Amino acid sequence: MVGVSAARTPDETRTVLDSDDIARALTRVAHEIVERTKGADDIVLLGIPTRGVYLANRIAERIHQIEGREIPVGSLDITLYRDDLRRAPARALLPTSIPASGIDDKVVVLVDDVLYSGRTIRAALDAMSDIGRPRMVQLAVLVDRGHRELPIRPDYVGKNIPTAKTEKVLVHLEEFDGDDAVRLSGQSQEES
Amino acid sequence: MNRHLLSAADLDRDDALLVLDTAAELAALTDRAVKKLPTLRGRTVVNLFYEDSTRTRISFEAAAKRLSADVINFSAKGSSVSKGESLKDTALTLEAMGADAVVIRHPASGAPDRLAHSGWIGGSVVNAGDGTHEHPTQALLDAFTMRQHLAGGKGDLAGRKVTIVGDVLHSRVARSNVLLLSTLGAEVTLVAPPTLLPVGIETWPCEFSFDLDSQLSRADAVMMLRVQRERMNAAFFPSSREYSRRYGLDVRRMNALPEHAIVMHPGPMNRGMEIAADVADSDRSVIVEQVTNGVNVRMAVLYLLLAGAQLGEPEGSDRMAEVTAP
Repeated sequence: MVGVSAARTPDETRTVLDSDDIARALTRVAHEIVERTKGADDIVLLGIPTRGVYLANRIAERIHQIEGREIPVGSLDITLYRDDLRRAPARALLPTSIPASGIDDKVVVLVDDVLYSGRTIRAALDAMSDIGRPRMVQLAVLVDRGHRELPIRPDYVGKNIPTAKTEKVLVHLEEFDGDDAVRLSGQSQEES
Repeated sequence: MNRHLLSAADLDRDDALLVLDTAAELAALTDRAVKKLPTLRGRTVVNLFYEDSTRTRISFEAAAKRLSADVINFSAKGSSVSKGESLKDTALTLEAMGADAVVIRHPASGAPDRLAHSGWIGGSVVNAGDGTHEHPTQALLDAFTMRQHLAGGKGDLAGRKVTIVGDVLHSRVARSNVLLLSTLGAEVTLVAPPTLLPVGIETWPCEFSFDLDSQLSRADAVMMLRVQRERMNAAFFPSSREYSRRYGLDVRRMNALPEHAIVMHPGPMNRGMEIAADVADSDRSVIVEQVTNGVNVRMAVLYLLLAGAQLGEPEGSDRMAEVTAP
């Protein structure tokens, strides 16, 4: 858009995290996971497609650098467990792949890009209970934008970004979108 | 996707691939200990069967149950249909009971179409075989099976050569397969005696031949059709023995197939007639696998038709989708 006027238009976007910010946030999250799980001995990272899987891979890479061990990474599609299926046309399923070692008695860290209502995570917990019984489940997100609708909280947060409900958080990742950035778009009622 | 699945021609390439890809994901999910998924909880699927069927009805029932739908099985035998109830009155009864989907098999070609477009019922209609017309979910499971073996389980079937042999005239499986496989880019050849090919075959999107032996060396998949004696009210060939000699798949013919070629049959088989027992039980045969794939494909169809919003229903505020959709 060609910004002529100084006032924010409803579809204006601004970058809140650039690629260096994302890299630093993920490195910190990886360190926190190692610290909190005392060496990440029996952890499994499960990314929620699409972007959660790429984030899980990046975190696993960093834990590998810290601890020198390969961390099992999988993906967990939640489409079939969503509570809003009937509100939109049927969605295509995304891949689910559980590491061969399984999740029974492991510490599972769910990884997603944005935590908002908490409903995705609720669905992920349901999906997981059909696959196995982890010893513990934790949650890592790149962005926590608030406005929870369920009693769910993250264990590891890349960045807390206070938002208005009218705003959208757009996460771009190199592997899928071609660039790394978190942008905020739409009207902000809290600003102005 | 349309609201109903009445014909394989209802599916364009993208729709067909969506069904196959969804079936592939569902196949992976049902490998695990807990096979049940909560997706269609509270939805009712009616299996309305006016014709005998083993695998199709059980397959639809298993598919609906794995998605947690409630299933009502209705067979014409032992119901009010034997007292003379019409399709319309049966349909109105099902509608009054709140059926979200009706899976119908009927001896009359076009019955599912009538059910879908008459306004008798509000739910989705899935054609599970109507007369000599179509059987789209069979074609989908056949395409799925071919894709697993011939295309690495991904994409379409471009350039794959499929030979369909036997009673094409009475076969709804052949019709649906020709339509779907040509949508997916496969080259289909129908092989049958002239009496068992329908009038107007030249207009179908496929080749045809009267000589099976000449087609074997180039086939990636051979699908044998059942000789449908129950629909035959005239002499279509001189004797079973002659049919079997000229159009049956025996071990000699199987050995003339390329190394990678697979042998398929929609079932039920007449062993010794269109397919030799040794061929049906050989490791080239994927007939049992077709049954397994049938459940996954039908789960995919029910999911895509029933899980989302019905057409015309307003789209709700969908915040979760904004956050997670790619």
